[in-house]
Amino acid sequence: MAMSDASGNDVAIGNETDSKGRLLTSDGRPLRAALERANRRRKLTAFGLVAPLLAFIVIFFAFPIVQMMWRSVDNPAVVEALPRTLEALQDWNGEELPSEDVYRALYEDMMADQDLPRLEQKIGPLAVRLNYEVSAARGAISRTSRNVDEFEAPYKEAFMDAHRLWRDTEIWRIIEREGRPLTASYYLAAVDAEYNENNEIVRTDENRRIYVALFGRTFAMSLVITFMTFALGFPIAYYLSSLPMSKANLLMIAVLLPFWTSLLVRTSAWIVLLQGQGVINDTLVGLGILDDENRLSMIYNQTGTIIAMTHILLPFMVLPLYSVMKTIPPSYTRAAKSLGATPWTAFRRVYFPQTLPGIAAGGVLVFIISIGYYITPALVGGQDGRMISNEIARHIQSSLNWGLAAALGSMLLVSVLLLYWLFNKLVGTDSLKFG
Amino acid sequence: MTNKFKLIALSSAASMMALSAAAQDPVSLTVVSWGGAYTASQQRAYHEPYMAANPNVTIINDDGSANALAGLRAQSQAGNVTWDLVDMLPSDAQLACDEGIIMEIDHDAMLAPAPDGTPASADFLPGSLGDCFIPQILYSTILAARPGAFEGEQPDSIADLFDLENFPGKRALQDRPGTNLEWALYADGVALDEIYDVLATPEGVDRAFAKLDTIKDEIIFWTEGAQAPQLLADGEVAFATGYNGRMFDAIEVEGMDAAIIWDGQIVEWDGWVVPAQGDNVDAVMDYLYFATDTQRLADQAKFISYGPARASSAPLVGEHADLGIAMAPHMPSAPDNYFAPIVLDNDFWADYGDELRERFANWMLQ
Repeated sequence: MAMSDASGNDVAIGNETDSKGRLLTSDGRPLRAALERANRRRKLTAFGLVAPLLAFIVIFFAFPIVQMMWRSVDNPAVVEALPRTLEALQDWNGEELPSEDVYRALYEDMMADQDLPRLEQKIGPLAVRLNYEVSAARGAISRTSRNVDEFEAPYKEAFMDAHRLWRDTEIWRIIEREGRPLTASYYLAAVDAEYNENNEIVRTDENRRIYVALFGRTFAMSLVITFMTFALGFPIAYYLSSLPMSKANLLMIAVLLPFWTSLLVRTSAWIVLLQGQGVINDTLVGLGILDDENRLSMIYNQTGTIIAMTHILLPFMVLPLYSVMKTIPPSYTRAAKSLGATPWTAFRRVYFPQTLPGIAAGGVLVFIISIGYYITPALVGGQDGRMISNEIARHIQSSLNWGLAAALGSMLLVSVLLLYWLFNKLVGTDSLKFG
Repeated sequence: MTNKFKLIALSSAASMMALSAAAQDPVSLTVVSWGGAYTASQQRAYHEPYMAANPNVTIINDDGSANALAGLRAQSQAGNVTWDLVDMLPSDAQLACDEGIIMEIDHDAMLAPAPDGTPASADFLPGSLGDCFIPQILYSTILAARPGAFEGEQPDSIADLFDLENFPGKRALQDRPGTNLEWALYADGVALDEIYDVLATPEGVDRAFAKLDTIKDEIIFWTEGAQAPQLLADGEVAFATGYNGRMFDAIEVEGMDAAIIWDGQIVEWDGWVVPAQGDNVDAVMDYLYFATDTQRLADQAKFISYGPARASSAPLVGEHADLGIAMAPHMPSAPDNYFAPIVLDNDFWADYGDELRERFANWMLQ
């Protein structure tokens, strides 16, 4: 068989080999290359189809996370504001106050900053940055820089007169330490540690430690909430799965209805129910079970957070459980019973193990959502029912220490990933069933 | 005939609209403030009269002031400034000013003089103006108590807030160190003018927290300004701290059963700043000239009990617009109320705020 192409040349046909013994296609190209090409085209098409989603995830998910992690170590303030001072500080011994040269360099840096357009000035951000390290640094720097154009040599005296911090080696040690483009101090602060006067890492003063205890509490409360949703959700899911479809659907709506209601509405409803003068306390007092003096405090504390969050997260446990239970044939339990198992044994040895994938999925979902939960603890948490996310939000919104917020956020993210990894090692993610 | 008339009317209306549109393009200004009764007072005293006089301007309220500095920073960094005018506290305004993200204000050139010709910089009360900050009001954080919570004697001082024996019950305090630490020291016997000196020492801080420890079990913390009156109204607490204007609103307008304790009131300014890279700076400056003149500041006091920041406004403060009660006795600066004020020290909080917030958060956790 011979074929002619447009130019009239003969080409090799299928099932023939070239001089090197490779299989050729009908148009004479090596079969292997033609297959690869076809495969490549298919892959490209597939990639093209998922490309919008991929781009979406990269732009709106991966990129902000990377940026957040970058912010937790990024430290441009000192480097950009005080280049001359940092250079002059290189010869400093760190023991006594720096020499006049360093103070003059600081004066020059501050004067140079005033010539920049306002939005490019670096002394303002510097003052904010250094105040994270030592109280009163913001005042020392911004007030000094407002008057710096009146300073005259010797500058050392001028600065030392202007603010007490310039008479202390501490601020110079901090400027030298933070005069690098990357810093570990946000992460140190996030684990309640700091540098001492010898630049050694030590734990912060006992009455300023916050975050380690708060991480611990966040995990403990999340565990309790996960267990509560399991304890409440398992019987519901079991009952749902044993009902005929029509009734199950109706009940399912009852489970889902709160799921569709605004989070704030549900949280406020709990405030109405649980508060000191709320429905539950009023009823108990009205029935004479409680004295008016001894009303239960069920809200603005840990109890309130756990109750409200358990309710809000319940569907995340019920749905995976239900979908798994739905697939377990009732005949298995019947078979176990007919082989002599008591109902309890049949449940424990036959039914329960088959629900494990659902429990695992529900547990992971509820736990991971819990540790990042924010609005409910903020509203009903009071003083001891708050979680780490509330601290992160405070640093984003009011204290404006975004570096510390980023460090705390990164730690939260990494701990979730670690947990997931651990879970995968122990249970295996292939057994997860999200419904 | 009627059709023809309609046509003429329509076309003339259209041409008039085209004319006025050419003269004045429609502008929409986003004004950020504190929400609730406070924004309502600005709406009625400033926005509505201004929009009536300038039909091309639409003012949109945004209740973002609680996080104003974070918002200004984020918008500036993103290069997308959507706020035109922001109501914020002077301490945050100074920070934003140092960072260059809000405009510097030439008060005499940009603001209206008093009716007698006194330039703005002399008319605004001493110490209220900032490089980038135009004050509107003097407000105070006060203590309020619910009479129904006590039998017999009623509390009338900050010391009573810490007196669980005579005045038992829950206390609603704001979840931040500011005001709470000042009051703890004041109740512990520190003189009003020495509070910040004492608080600047480690022993003073320990002393304040030790005093707070005595009522810790009875504290409910609030975050948003509207929560404090709500907790009082629900009977959930016996005492609540709050802003005097919101408390006034809850007591006088809503009829809540509570009394304001003016002892140790913590007074501070509140006012406007203009984001530096906004799109409508000219329109905003025109609005500001109007909204911060003597009459407008006095007008705001018809709706909420905050003191106007101009000396020339004080004689013009009249009655509440809806209730008809005289407003002057409800102002923080009224002589009967201003007998033991603590003037909030913004420099102190700028320097020690971060450290004390950590300590306070730790204390809340214990």
